[in-house]
Amino acid sequence: MWVEVLVIGIKLAVVLAALLTTVPIMVWVERRASALMQDRLGPNRVGPFGLFQPVVDAVKLITKEDLIPRDVSRFLFILAPVVALTVALSTFIAVPFGSDTGLELFGHAVRGFIVAPDLNIGVLYIFAIASLAVYATVLAGWASNNKYSLYGGIRASAQTISYELAMTISVVGVLMASSSLHLHQVVEAQTGTWLGVLPRWNVCTQLLGAITFMVAAFAETNRIPFDLPEAEAELVSGYLTEYSSMKYAAFFMGEYVHMTVASALMTVLFFGGWTLPWIDLAFAGWIGGLLSIGIFCAKVAFFLFFFVWVRWTLPRFRFDQLMALGWKVMIPLSVLNFLWVGFAIAAGIM
Amino acid sequence: MVPVVFALAAVVAVVFAIVTIAHSSPVINVLSLVVVFFAMAAIFALLGMDFLAAIQIIVYSGAILVLFLFVIMLLNIRSVERLGSGRRVQALLGTVVAVGIGAAALTAVSLLTPTSGAVYPGSLETGTVVPIGRALLTTHLFAFEFITLLLVAAIVGAVYLARRDP
Repeated sequence: MWVEVLVIGIKLAVVLAALLTTVPIMVWVERRASALMQDRLGPNRVGPFGLFQPVVDAVKLITKEDLIPRDVSRFLFILAPVVALTVALSTFIAVPFGSDTGLELFGHAVRGFIVAPDLNIGVLYIFAIASLAVYATVLAGWASNNKYSLYGGIRASAQTISYELAMTISVVGVLMASSSLHLHQVVEAQTGTWLGVLPRWNVCTQLLGAITFMVAAFAETNRIPFDLPEAEAELVSGYLTEYSSMKYAAFFMGEYVHMTVASALMTVLFFGGWTLPWIDLAFAGWIGGLLSIGIFCAKVAFFLFFFVWVRWTLPRFRFDQLMALGWKVMIPLSVLNFLWVGFAIAAGIM
Repeated sequence: MVPVVFALAAVVAVVFAIVTIAHSSPVINVLSLVVVFFAMAAIFALLGMDFLAAIQIIVYSGAILVLFLFVIMLLNIRSVERLGSGRRVQALLGTVVAVGIGAAALTAVSLLTPTSGAVYPGSLETGTVVPIGRALLTTHLFAFEFITLLLVAAIVGAVYLARRDP
C-alpha cells in the first residue's frame, strides 16, 4: 500500500518537474526561433546562447509588484490563475509516456510510465479536465472589471465550445480504430508497419482526423492563429490585461503546459506514442523503457516546435472567420473522418 | 475509504447546491453548480460509473455551464436583485411541495434499493463504455434515435429564430 503510494508520488514528482521545466525551455525556444525566422538575433546575452534568459525572466516576474486593481471581483480574480495552472498540470496524469517494461521500484512494479495506470477512461479523463481550462480565461475576463478583459473572456468561451466539438469527434475515429479508451492500448494498436515501410500510425489512416485535432488543439490552447481571447492588437491583452507578477506568470505557464499536453496527445493518438515503427524496443529491457521515454519526448518536442513555428508564420484570424472555420469546416471534416473510419472498419480495411 | 469519500462528496454537493440558489451573483451561482457537478461525478466514480463521471464533467461542466457563463457575461449581469418574498401562501405551498417531492423520492429509492448488501462499489464492468454503448444501440435504440431527432428539431428551431431576414 505505502510502497504503491510512494511509487505514484515519485511518478507525480517526475512528471511535474518535467512539465514545469518545459516552460522555461519553451520560452527560450519561442524567442530564439522567432528571432531566427525574422532574421534577428533574439536574447543571446544571458548565459550561453541566451539559455539563462528564462531564469532572469522568472526572477523579474517574481520580484514585480503584485497589483490587484481596486474594483475587481477579488475572490474570482485570484481564483482564475489558480484554476489555469491546476487544470493544465492535472491533465497529464493520464498520458502514458513510455512502454511498460516490468521495471520495479522498491520491489513494486512501476506498471508503465504513466501516473494513473488503472484509469480505464484515459482519453475521457483528459478531455474532462481540459474542458475546464476555459473557466480560468472566462473568470479572469469577468473578474477584471475591464471591458477588454470581458471581451477576451466572451471570445474564449465561444471559441472553446466550438472547437471542443471538432476535437472530440476527431478523436472518436482513433478510439474506434484501437477499440479502447486506454491510451496505452491506443499506442499498442499503432505498433509495426505496413509493407515494412509505412508506420502503422493513425495519422496514415486518418489524416483528416489528425489535421482537425491539431487545428482544434491550437484553438483550445489559445495560440496564434487562434489567440483571439488575448489579441493584443485589438483587446490590449484580453483577459490578461489586469494581471501582473506571478498571477500573470501562472496563466503564462498554464498556456505552455497546455501546449505540452496537446503535443503529447497528438503524439499518443496519431503518431504512435513512444514506439518507433521499425524497431521493437522490447528486447532491451528497462533500457528500452528509458529509450521509449526519449522517443516520446522527441516527438513531443517536435510538436512543441510546430506550435512555435506556426505562431511566427501565420497571421491571426478575424473572430467571424474563426467561428466559420470551426463550425463550417472543422466539424464537417471531423465527421467525415469519423464516417471514413466507420466505413473502413465495416469493410474490414482497418 | 469509500464511505469517507462518499460523505465528503455528498456534503460538498448539498452545500454548493444551496450556494447555487442562494448567492446573489450569477457567476458565483454557475461556479457553485460546477462544484456540484464535480461532487456528483465523484459519486458516479465511486459507484464504478467512470464513463458517466467523465461525461458528466465534459458535457455539463465543460460545455453547458460555459454557455451559461457566456450568456451571463454577454448580458453583463453583475448581481440579481432579490424579488420580494411574495405572499405567505406561496412560501408555504412551495415548502409543502418541496418536502413532498423529497419524501416521494426517498420512498422510491428505499423501495428500489435491496435491503441487504452495499450499493457501492459497483462492478467495474457496468460503468465502462462497452455495456453503455451496447445498451444504447440495442435495448434503447428507439429512445436513442428519438432523442437525436429531438435535438435536430431543436437546432432547426434555434436557427429559424436566429436568422436575420424573416
